[in-house]
Order: sequence, then structure tokens, then C-alpha cells
Amino acid sequence: MDTQELIKNQVTANPVVLYMKGSPKFPQCGFSSLAVQILQACGVQNLTAIDVLQNPAIREGIKQYANWPTIPQLYIHGEFVGGADIMRSLYESGELQQMLENPVA
Amino acid sequence: MNLTEEIHARLQSLQPSHLEIRDDSALHAGHAGNNGGGHFQLTMVSPAFTGKPTLARHRLVYQLLADLMPHRIHALSMQVYASDEAFKH
Repeated sequence: MDTQELIKNQVTANPVVLYMKGSPKFPQCGFSSLAVQILQACGVQNLTAIDVLQNPAIREGIKQYANWPTIPQLYIHGEFVGGADIMRSLYESGELQQMLENPVA
Repeated sequence: MNLTEEIHARLQSLQPSHLEIRDDSALHAGHAGNNGGGHFQLTMVSPAFTGKPTLARHRLVYQLLADLMPHRIHALSMQVYASDEAFKH
């Protein structure tokens, strides 16, 4: 399976997927850490976190997949939501909480 | 031209009425996964953002800087506003 196909499977098979540097317990970057904190504040239980530092092919491939040059990247039900700045603004406006509760299938 | 000035110059095509770029590179030097590129914080108001969702605004900025990422710019944090919504936040 090529990397783009692998990513597509990951984001569609899991409801909430975060591509990040490090793990939720030990994030290796301030933006990834912020992203995890926001999801925890939203009460997300079913987070699939993928550490791109453990997988160079995914680290490069994810940038092409969403045509987005930075990590972290959040996907909800297969849809690309954004990076840490967008997560923060969606969280502050309450939209992120709604997206997590009422995902568009 | 330093990198902050270079970013400033690139973004002029969006005709910003306000553009502030802060170089935070010193705060992040050498952390895991950083290949030496800089960290920047950008606040920008532009008529080009009117009617566009945040995701599309970030893409506009990224497009203008594409060849600088990730080697010279490692991370770019953005606050982007359309002209008519500036400073309501």
C-alpha cells in the first residue's frame, strides 16, 4: 500500500486522527502539545494519534495528502480540519466541540 | 534581506493593511524534529481574506511561502483577519 493510500485508510477508519510530533503523553513540539490539550479539553476519548517522527514516509506524505505544509494536522471523519492555530480558533468559538459531537459522515 | 523581511515582501501581493511578523526562532532552536528552520508568528489583515474560511486564508499565505518551507521556515503560526473584521477579536 502506498503512503497516500495508507493515510486515507487511517483518516477514514478512525473518527478523530491527529498527526503530531511525539505522543499525546510526550509531545515533541509546542504546536503538537497545544493540539492534544485542545482535544483533551473537548473531552475526546477516541483519539488516534500518529507520531510522524516514528514514520518519515507519513511525515512527508501527510503534507501532500492535505496540501498543508505543517504538522500537527487534525482530521475528523476523514475531513482535514487544520493545524494548531485553526484548532485553537475553532475551539474558542465552540465550533470544534460541535464538529466532534456531530461529525458529518 | 533577512527571512522576516523576505516573508514581509512575499505577502505584499495580498495587499495587507496590517502585517506583523515576529521571529520566535530562538525559543525553539534544536527541538526534536526541527531541521534548523525558523519559527514565526504572523498577524495579518488583508482584503484578500474577505469571505474566505480560515483554512483557505492559511493556504493563501502558505502558497506564497511554499518554497521556504520546511527548510527555512519550520513553523508559522497565523492570526489572519479580513479587512472588515479586524480588531473585533
